Amino acid sequence: MDITVNHFLAVSAILFTVGVVGIFVNRKNIIVILMAIELILLSVNINLVAFSVFSGTIVGQIFAMLVLTVAAAEAAVGLAILVVFFRNRGDIAVESIDLMKG
Amino acid sequence: MGLTPVELIAFYILAAIVTVSAVAVIAAKNPVHSVLWLITAFFTSAGLLVLIGAEFLAMLLVVVYVGAVAVLFLFVVMMLDVDFVELKQGTLGYWPFAALVGVAFAAEIALVTFARATTGDEINANPGAATNAEAIGQVMYTEYLLLFQLSGIILLVAMIGAIVLTLRHKPHVKRQNIAKQTARTRKDAIRRIDVESGKGL
Repeated sequence: MDITVNHFLAVSAILFTVGVVGIFVNRKNIIVILMAIELILLSVNINLVAFSVFSGTIVGQIFAMLVLTVAAAEAAVGLAILVVFFRNRGDIAVESIDLMKG
Repeated sequence: MGLTPVELIAFYILAAIVTVSAVAVIAAKNPVHSVLWLITAFFTSAGLLVLIGAEFLAMLLVVVYVGAVAVLFLFVVMMLDVDFVELKQGTLGYWPFAALVGVAFAAEIALVTFARATTGDEINANPGAATNAEAIGQVMYTEYLLLFQLSGIILLVAMIGAIVLTLRHKPHVKRQNIAKQTARTRKDAIRRIDVESGKGL
């Protein structure tokens, strides 16, 4: 019984699903939604690295690094928006972000 | 190169911890606990990557996610004075829908994974180089230089964006103006006044 790429894909799929479910479950707290997005990006990274390692090409790891960059940028801007929103409205409930009635 | 039984056991332990901590991230009542579980998930994923030889990415994961992103989250969670107990109420109603979405997603991914994953089982994290970091370094600054620079620009834009969003000028704060300070001479700072005794200015 040896380890295969499928093992890692399974872990990554579980992480991804947990992240998506987290977005749907947490309709109250935006910070947890952002954390769920980070989980999804982490699962994508595991996927990329697993494919890279098991296929013997380095490109996947380079791309994982770019995903890491985007994840960091997304967290920074998202949290900045959150802070501004909290200053304006006084809370961060998802339901109070309905000003634009979208 | 395959994995030894010990490494296989390590994989299952790490995978279990990742799964449990990911569930705890979205299920924790206190957002601070969520962040701590997130850190656990990141650390354990780094362990998973070390297991298959991608050490550089693993360390990057620890540095960037745990060192920067998670701390940022923790900082914001603690800075915002939100009544989180109140926030959590009413969440339960969304569970059935979320479970449906989750099952659908998992089924789709499982379908694709087990139908199409045809990559070999050979582990080779550093093709054409002695170490993983060397293998990445060989292509990072040559073939993928443009992408590397581009990711730098993304970070720059994100940094400027975050600063622009959160910066605010308070009207009544006295700030130091260095140019004004150094341009000050004795002539416009001191004057001599003859004060009559008993009168004051």
